[in-house]
Amino acid sequence: MIERFLDWLDDRSGLLTATRQALEHPVPPRTGWWYVFGSATFIAFVLQVVTGIALATVYVPSSGQAYDSLRFISEQALLGRFLRGMHYFGASAMVLLIGIHVSRTYLMAAYKFPRELNWITGAVLLLLTLALAFTGQLLRWDQNAVWSVIVGAAQAGRMPVLGHGIARFILAGDTIGGATLSRFFAFHVFFIPAIVFGFVGLHLALVLKHGISERPRAGEPVDPATYRERYSKLLSHEGVPFWPDAAWRDVVFGAAVVATIVLLALIVGPPALGHPPDPSILEAYPRPDWYFLWYFALLALVPNNLESAVIVLGPLVFGAFLLLVPLFNKGERSVRRRPWAALLVVFIWTSIGVFWFAGERADWSPDFSAQPLPAAVVGILPPDAADGANLFHAKGCEFCHAIGGYGGKRGPELSDVAGRMTRDQIVGRITNGGPNMPAYARSLTPAEVQALAAFLATRR
Amino acid sequence: MDPDLQKAALLKRRRFLGRLSMGLSAAVAAVIGLPVVGFLLSPLVGKSPRVWRAVGPVSGFRVGETVDVHFEDASPLPWAGVTANTAAWLRRDDASHFTAFTVHCTHLGCPVRWVADAKLFLCPCHGGVYDADGSVSAGPLPRSLPQYPVRVRHGQVEVLTSPIPIV
Repeated sequence: MIERFLDWLDDRSGLLTATRQALEHPVPPRTGWWYVFGSATFIAFVLQVVTGIALATVYVPSSGQAYDSLRFISEQALLGRFLRGMHYFGASAMVLLIGIHVSRTYLMAAYKFPRELNWITGAVLLLLTLALAFTGQLLRWDQNAVWSVIVGAAQAGRMPVLGHGIARFILAGDTIGGATLSRFFAFHVFFIPAIVFGFVGLHLALVLKHGISERPRAGEPVDPATYRERYSKLLSHEGVPFWPDAAWRDVVFGAAVVATIVLLALIVGPPALGHPPDPSILEAYPRPDWYFLWYFALLALVPNNLESAVIVLGPLVFGAFLLLVPLFNKGERSVRRRPWAALLVVFIWTSIGVFWFAGERADWSPDFSAQPLPAAVVGILPPDAADGANLFHAKGCEFCHAIGGYGGKRGPELSDVAGRMTRDQIVGRITNGGPNMPAYARSLTPAEVQALAAFLATRR
Repeated sequence: MDPDLQKAALLKRRRFLGRLSMGLSAAVAAVIGLPVVGFLLSPLVGKSPRVWRAVGPVSGFRVGETVDVHFEDASPLPWAGVTANTAAWLRRDDASHFTAFTVHCTHLGCPVRWVADAKLFLCPCHGGVYDADGSVSAGPLPRSLPQYPVRVRHGQVEVLTSPIPIV
């Protein structure tokens, strides 16, 4: 009975045959665990769609009410906190996995003939994933999100000619307001996912059309004239059915990814909501979620005269690089014969890691919460230096300079400054400033400068 | 009719029908798509109104002091909620003169803070520093802190609502 129904369904729709063919199509042998990251990215995307739809049933995409609806989701709605956590860690997983996937395909040169369009559709998916990550972070419509929109608009504003227009487009006007959030919402939940679905379909159709790439071997360069013949010979001699010989690894790894996301959502939970999205609250310290933290650090650390170039050209160079990679579609695939490719991948991941770490510390930010120096650190001072320790905190020196572990890291630590500078030099530096230090001649009296210098002269 | 001629006529007709269908489809797509594009790009056209907003009586500010004042955007949408709020740093220069600075750092738009004792504006994001008059003092700042128009009317200090300054 069931069999007859399935026969009828297949006869009329062709679905079962098509599915069976897709699942059982032969794939190269010994692909191993390196090939699981694409499917895992897709699984993370599906998880985002499902949890996102659930969240959208309660979330109110209005500049004035989104924050309250998020608080309701996080604190009151049944399973709301868990779903927000899944959506956050799902986004993190998707960004991380697509990064590994693109690194893997680049290292194995899977983009070479005839899979150039596999790479290009994948590159578009990478950019769309980053766009989803950015817009998604903003939908957590708290103080941090509002300032992130402004920072994003300010970055776009650096672009020549188009900058102002793009900035206005991002803000939906010339300032943050009622129109800002609903546009990001529409892009995040309708527009970008729709394009992602289209490109995922294209990407998968191309994977089926050309077959997944075989493990590269040194000394077996890709020659467009002979590659297809060689590949089909490989499949007919040694090919194994995708299901289950290769697919089981995708399933196992995908399940592990989902389990990790669920555990993190349960144990760690979603990122806390910050202050309300009120742009008139100035006690704000905007910083992006972890996946853009390295870029935040890059902008802080790049030399000032290069900054606009990095902001404008950086993304363009990155996009151009992604699109131009498949121009090199012939030759060796093995990373042993492409040392530059390996170096590039290591360089990119290391840079991201280093900048991420720097962003986590954010030493360039003044420490507004610096507490007055405790007596144990100050010690016993000569009379002319007695006021200096108080002034060090009161006049904001301590926001940027640390003594005995108290204070910011923006400027040099001054615990032993007397060892490197004379008292006169200290007076000169305070009065005239330095490359990254303001000149205090106008905001301190000569007596205050002398007291500060006398205090600092005791630091050795 | 000559079969060759007949075939040629058929091909011509097919070409015409193909072009007609393509043209019509493009027209339909344009009719649907262009208003959508225009709708999305609407923030780019038209100037937003600017209005004077009272931020407090003159007597509420002490000469020489710099404080943050809060006011509402020029024409907030009804659902803007707290996002319609905005702020400025206001200083009373003397009995009748005020200076209003934007709160947005010229580097990347972060909210600068006035540190009264040091008489400096400090930016928390990348450590930019402005002098009390808004001029660049230190850090990665491309230009000085812009000012908002400010006036006194009927004993009230009024600030002119302004766009977020984008470089």
